[in-house]
Amino acid sequence: MTVQTAHKVQKFSTLAIPGPDQLVYGVSPHPVQCGLGLTIGAGLVFPEVNFTLPAMNIDSATWPEVVAHYEQMAEHILRRAVSLTVPGIVLEFELLPPMTERPEWGAEITALLKRRLKACYDKHHLPCALRVTPTDIRDQQKPPLMRTGQPWERLRRSLEMCAEAGADILSIESIGGKEVHDPALMYGDFLGIVFALGVLAPRDMSWLWGEILEICEAHPGVVPGSDSACGFANTAMQLAHQKMLPEVLAAVVRAMSAVRSLAAFEQGAQGPSKDCAYEGPIVKAITGCPISMEGKSASCAHFSPLGNIAAALCDLWSNESVQNVRLLSGNAPEVFTELLAYDCRLMNTAASQGGALQLRNWMIVSDEWLSPQAAVLSPAATIAIANAIVHAGSPYRQTIAAGRAAVDILNGGIARQQLHISRKEQQWLTRIDEALNALPDDEETLIRDMEEQYGSLYDKQSYCL
Amino acid sequence: MALSQELYDAILNGNAKQAHTATQAALATGVQPLQLISESMVPAMDEVGRLFEIEEYFVPELLLAGRAMRAALDLLRPLMTASGDKLSTKVLIGTVKGDLHDIGKNIVASMLEGSGFEVIDLGADVSPAAFVRAVEQQQPQVVCMSALLTVTMPAMKTTIDALTNAGLRSKIKVLVGGAPVTMQYAKEIGADGYSENASAAVGLVRSLLAAA
Repeated sequence: MTVQTAHKVQKFSTLAIPGPDQLVYGVSPHPVQCGLGLTIGAGLVFPEVNFTLPAMNIDSATWPEVVAHYEQMAEHILRRAVSLTVPGIVLEFELLPPMTERPEWGAEITALLKRRLKACYDKHHLPCALRVTPTDIRDQQKPPLMRTGQPWERLRRSLEMCAEAGADILSIESIGGKEVHDPALMYGDFLGIVFALGVLAPRDMSWLWGEILEICEAHPGVVPGSDSACGFANTAMQLAHQKMLPEVLAAVVRAMSAVRSLAAFEQGAQGPSKDCAYEGPIVKAITGCPISMEGKSASCAHFSPLGNIAAALCDLWSNESVQNVRLLSGNAPEVFTELLAYDCRLMNTAASQGGALQLRNWMIVSDEWLSPQAAVLSPAATIAIANAIVHAGSPYRQTIAAGRAAVDILNGGIARQQLHISRKEQQWLTRIDEALNALPDDEETLIRDMEEQYGSLYDKQSYCL
Repeated sequence: MALSQELYDAILNGNAKQAHTATQAALATGVQPLQLISESMVPAMDEVGRLFEIEEYFVPELLLAGRAMRAALDLLRPLMTASGDKLSTKVLIGTVKGDLHDIGKNIVASMLEGSGFEVIDLGADVSPAAFVRAVEQQQPQVVCMSALLTVTMPAMKTTIDALTNAGLRSKIKVLVGGAPVTMQYAKEIGADGYSENASAAVGLVRSLLAAA
């Protein structure tokens, strides 16, 4: 087990951004300087382009082809960015599992991308940065071992080697608690969901981000970015999209997931948050750190009912992920760079002409009440949920408070006849409301109650239980 | 009218305890296990499937119904084994090599099980050799493979090739699914079927077996 050094842990008891009207895209109280001349959250929104391989095997035989794909994608993305005179750009390299399994592979691609960015910066003076996100591979055995074993050692080595190879921002989509959250979500077991999000996940996040902070401190210039509740809340969002889960459940899970994502910032993460972390606005309100978001221009990767509202508070605007396949105007990563460039140009132009709040409001109003999941992401909802979190104490209580705030927001929208949901969704909202009320006051009771049902799925030592 | 309305209702409402009790009560009256399955449990799961199709049920209701079905089957299986009866079809399922995503696969597995199939779940990151071994040992009629990543999709073909090389391919139906997978890809790699979602997968298994 890795010995962790003491970190300065910050507990947030107030909001860095106290009111909805101060929450706007492009501006954060604590901008992040990173990479080559880039400052995020200081007034401009920049594209964050994410890209991946087409369908292919990754092994020693195909590795030269893999490298060639990344060379091509970087070249194409940057040439389109320069053509469109973007004011800055972030490339995100999300490692695929084999690239984390073999840390030297992830490091090789990291170095390649950084070399491309450096050349572009030298030639075109384009402010830029490279975010690198290794895959959380700790769930390879059942129950997963989070703090020991080969998968964790490889993940840690991958983070270190990517930092050494030129990453400007380190991020991860960690999966602590997911081994319980997945079945609890599928069975609609709200107590299990709260246990995963409010007990297991924050414990893993605090430990994991202590480790990541240590790595970043050992590599000056590497910014500890943040985590994402992708494996939790986005799973719920996608299942809701397929009519497999109620949308109201996905909305409440989203709000509650902000607590486990906040744990990274308590350990010292600085942002920008991960693009797929739709809980980002809540985190931005609490921490004042910049966030990356994705929405309408990430439809290449997945559906969301949050296409416009997701952009309302972003500091980076992302396409989530797109394969290197040929489209009419170029390869897809280059094409999506153009989409993001124009999205950002519009937002930045509106801001420069004093219209940021107007554009923000249009983006909010166009989505807010068409989906429960959008309703919990408006600035007013964001502030309500963020306030509930910072006044609640422990992560467990914060998670319940966030869930309660989300239910109140949805019920308020229904009462005002702004939000229209089906009878079945309404039944689920009532059921969630009742489940929140039935949760025990103290975490220890829930831990005890959950052990019989889920005890075989998680490793107690991984969560200090 | 189901043979045991209480068992039918228990499954429909996802109440495992009630299903267990109702099964015991039905057996006590001398009802045969296979009759109970075909005249109470399968009709209940068919209704559950219908409610899911028309979006009256979400996956949790579906899975809870499956859990109630299993509670009843747990009582019936020993009796069926003793009398030489068998559940109809064995399905082997897993996420392919290199892919750790298993939530979609789990939903398909639960829905198949809830629909009366015997499901052997191999888990995630299953190598072609492990699929071959399991087919040899379990002798299923159907193999389902899932992949969520474009870079793990090729493992579906590798697995089918391994099954072919082991002389097993002609003995089974192979189904594939997962976000990046398409019907065209399924055809290209020699799968027997592709399903876009979990509920369609159940119907696909049934139709492939009926056509066999």
